[in-house]
Amino acid sequence: MSSVLTETTSRAGASGEAVVNDFSLQVATANGSGSQTANSVLMRSIFRMGVPVSGKNLFPSNIQGLPTWFTIRANKDGYIARKRDLDVLVCMNSETADDDVRELRAGAHVVYEKKLGLENPGKKRDDVTYYAVPFAELAVKITSAPEHAKLRKLIVNMIYVGVVAELMGIDPAETEKAIAKQLKGKQKAIDLNINAVRLGLEYAAQNLPAKIPFRVERMDATKGKIIIEGNMAAALGCVFGGATVCAWYPITPSSSLCESFIDFCDELRIDPDTKKKNVAILQAEDEIASIGMVLGAGWAGARAFTSTSGPGISLMSEYIGLGYYAEIPAVLFNVQRTGPSTGLPTRTMQGDILLCYFNSQGDTKHPLLFPSSPEECFTMAQQAFDLAEQLQTPIFVMTDLDLGMNNWMSDAFPYPTAPFARGKVLDAAAIEKVKQTWGRYKDVDGDGIAYRTLPGTPNAYGAFLTRGSGHNEMAQYSEKQQDYVKNVDRLVRKFDTARSMVPKPEFQDRPAATAGLLAYGTSHYGTTEARDKLAATFGVTLDYCRLRALPLQAEAVNWMRRHERIYVVEQNRDGQLVTILRDELPELATRFVSVRQYNGLPLDATTVIDGVLNDAPASGAGSDAKKGGIDA
Amino acid sequence: MSATPNTPAPPAAPAPKTNRIGLPKANYEGGKSTLCLGCGHDVITKQIINAFYEMGIEPHKVAKFSGIGCSSKTPAYFLNRAWGFNGVHGRMPSAATGALVANSSLLGIGVSGDGDTASIGIGQFVHLVRRNLPLVYIIEDNGVYGLTKGQFSATADLGAKQKSGAVNEFIPIDCCSLAIELGGTFVARSFSGDMKQLQTILEAAIAHKGTSVIDVISPCVTFNDHEGSTKSYKYSKEHETPVHEIGFVPFFEETLAEIPVGDTKEVAFPDGSVLKFRGVGRDYDPTDKEKALKTIHESHGKQEILTGILYVDPSKPSLSETLGATSEPLTTLPLEKLRPGREALEEIMESLR
Ligand SMILES: Cc1ncc(C[n+]2csc(CCOP(=O)(O)OP(=O)(O)O)c2C)c(N)n1
Ligand code: SF4
Ligand SMILES: [Mg+2]
Repeated sequence: MSSVLTETTSRAGASGEAVVNDFSLQVATANGSGSQTANSVLMRSIFRMGVPVSGKNLFPSNIQGLPTWFTIRANKDGYIARKRDLDVLVCMNSETADDDVRELRAGAHVVYEKKLGLENPGKKRDDVTYYAVPFAELAVKITSAPEHAKLRKLIVNMIYVGVVAELMGIDPAETEKAIAKQLKGKQKAIDLNINAVRLGLEYAAQNLPAKIPFRVERMDATKGKIIIEGNMAAALGCVFGGATVCAWYPITPSSSLCESFIDFCDELRIDPDTKKKNVAILQAEDEIASIGMVLGAGWAGARAFTSTSGPGISLMSEYIGLGYYAEIPAVLFNVQRTGPSTGLPTRTMQGDILLCYFNSQGDTKHPLLFPSSPEECFTMAQQAFDLAEQLQTPIFVMTDLDLGMNNWMSDAFPYPTAPFARGKVLDAAAIEKVKQTWGRYKDVDGDGIAYRTLPGTPNAYGAFLTRGSGHNEMAQYSEKQQDYVKNVDRLVRKFDTARSMVPKPEFQDRPAATAGLLAYGTSHYGTTEARDKLAATFGVTLDYCRLRALPLQAEAVNWMRRHERIYVVEQNRDGQLVTILRDELPELATRFVSVRQYNGLPLDATTVIDGVLNDAPASGAGSDAKKGGIDA
Repeated sequence: MSATPNTPAPPAAPAPKTNRIGLPKANYEGGKSTLCLGCGHDVITKQIINAFYEMGIEPHKVAKFSGIGCSSKTPAYFLNRAWGFNGVHGRMPSAATGALVANSSLLGIGVSGDGDTASIGIGQFVHLVRRNLPLVYIIEDNGVYGLTKGQFSATADLGAKQKSGAVNEFIPIDCCSLAIELGGTFVARSFSGDMKQLQTILEAAIAHKGTSVIDVISPCVTFNDHEGSTKSYKYSKEHETPVHEIGFVPFFEETLAEIPVGDTKEVAFPDGSVLKFRGVGRDYDPTDKEKALKTIHESHGKQEILTGILYVDPSKPSLSETLGATSEPLTTLPLEKLRPGREALEEIMESLR
């Protein structure tokens, strides 16, 4: 069975009857043409009309000239996952126009730069509707002044905003407000852009009588909400979570996390009295140095973090192992991109689950947090610092390009009220009480977590040498097998303690369902949309578990025990989470069905629907649903 | 010329000798060395202990760093009342950078080897020097990887012979000229066999508020002390060529009469300490970068091992100053200084609506 039925609403659009607040619109331009502002304005205008919306930028690994696509999905029911099929295409890029149109579903609508001649004989498709606009010509009109010539290329983009607004019913007043917001106080630029939008509106009103049947109508589903990228949200989390040292090396898609942190700190971390910074930010020479700096700072007692992507984690591996074994707090944001190797550096993937969970040589395991939304980027960033200090170990916050760099609608972030949890640290007075009986790696409390001391504490009994080589409870160098085994077994105990401390899973259960979907991070959106459609259209009712962290928590394991069949949805080729689940829960191994998308695009619901429908539980338990559609 | 107070010896008093802050030498010692008997590194350890003792530094305020190698084991053998961080091979500078920006009240000392610094760790070394992190950075330079049994390192001289007879065919890296080139603010070379000079250099380095690179020729008696080696004890002794005599007067001492007179040059540190140099028959100015580089280059052709403080510039800002961070340790800043108020968050939220 296939899920083409899920696209029914789109079909309705083709027959001419209006579809309200439910569409996917894509703008195809060239990188560096300045379309980003226009696209944000378009998205924000819809958002301001109260319609749930998401914006995803598909961009090349280059600065100027290569094609980019920006996709806006608006959906009255709040589904904001990527949709596989487009309803409306704005074609501005000659290089990709032919391919872009060819790939459209029947019944789609195309707004295009007239010069591209998409309706010329031999090119024209008769199952899509065209709207030709002489964008370049129009742009000349309002940029005729010599000082505006340079702006022409940019202004073209605002004209398509006007055209689309007119053709789809977007309120121009909201568009103008969005421009003012985007261009904060630059009045000349605001005026010019507003003029461009008006030009587009007028042109469409006068020359394009037939409107696009996908309509935007005012509703009330975005009140109080914000639009933000995950990276910026995580950076804010670091500020409010008390991070004082940040070391990083630029890499897409993670750079904007540390860059946002720098910007926020310039505002929020200047000491009012001394004008000095209550933070140290280091742009390191590479990722090996970034993690070294973070570990050095964590060892000294600071809340320190780095942000990177897969290639950076690979470089950091040796030091991450030292962090694990010497037990040093550290927070690492991995904004995942498509591997292996340099891979597709500007595409998304949940491809580093195994890399991070088991990172570094020897027996190592690390807690991973899986934020699904900007709000969770904010809260989990803060939690990560608490966990790092409480567990005295590196903590990975696993986001991805989709969450990190795309525009997300979000509830406003809650102000944190809990104090920082700084873990088991002995100060001079506490050291004085235990004196030479203190051992850096002694499990006094039975939870696997020992007490640490910080350099500079005025009590010599607390001094010790931190090392990545073998050590005993007293932190002395040791090659004795008993010391080694005792120590690494304690680390297992500590990992078990972590199970009850990391974020717990969230469930959406339906009465009588015996099977369930399990997803994490950004796979949440396509999965939950699929779940609703599976129930509504195919009568397949499934429970849902959103895993929010590893190691596995008792709650998650209990949920898995209660379900005979579990579809594990993730964005990688090999089913990396399934590998972990089968390994850690061998008695449940045959229940897991791996549903995967790994084409570098954010997960769409169709992939999940197909994955579930193609699974034939009767034909042999546990076989992966490897048939068509899953491996899109 | 070390920091020995110039006061007459007390009449009898068998009480244990203490330094200016009243601590005995024992407080600066560490665990028992496990290195080979006679290893140059152990001599350097001893001079480190002496220098910190003489400078009267409180041990708990010192942070020790190292990478991997025989040399990098030595922080376990001095100042065991100080905390230490033994990092991964070649990557000690980054750990030291993180720790010392996190808590700038710590006094950092790093011990590395020539392999740890010039081979695997050359990248971090280069950037450490560029940043001018306040850190005493010692390269215990024996021309080989001691711990992995004597392979050539990147400081091995052209034509130097391994024990097996293999000859080094590659141009050596001179960490001192490299450091000067990179804007290093305190660059010295010494020899583990020249204990007096080494201790003086270490004391000055402790007073310097920037990166002090000290390349110490430190013979590996097990793998690189044979005929044909250019880092053997004998060769180094014969070829060591001090460029000057050094006197160091720390801020807490009066100028001493024993400071050499004559053609001396003085360099003052911001804390009031003064370095004094007396020429030894050659015209060497440790504040003239170009000339220093030229002299070091020429020494290679002449098989001289130039020692002394080859270049010094105490005026350049250290990393902490460049970063503009508060001088309070970032590690103990209270929540009120770190978590912005409710209004700040609300303002940001509003800007995103
Ligand atoms: C990543 C890595 N590669 C290789 C090694 C093996 N190794 C240990 S010490 C060393 C060389 C140390 O040489 P040096 O820094 O000159 O120190 P020495 O022993 O001579 O004092 C090597 C290659 C290691 N520990 N880590
Ligand atoms: S092998 Fe060489 S460097 Fe290592 S301890 Fe022995 S003498 Fe020293
Ligand atoms: Mg060596």
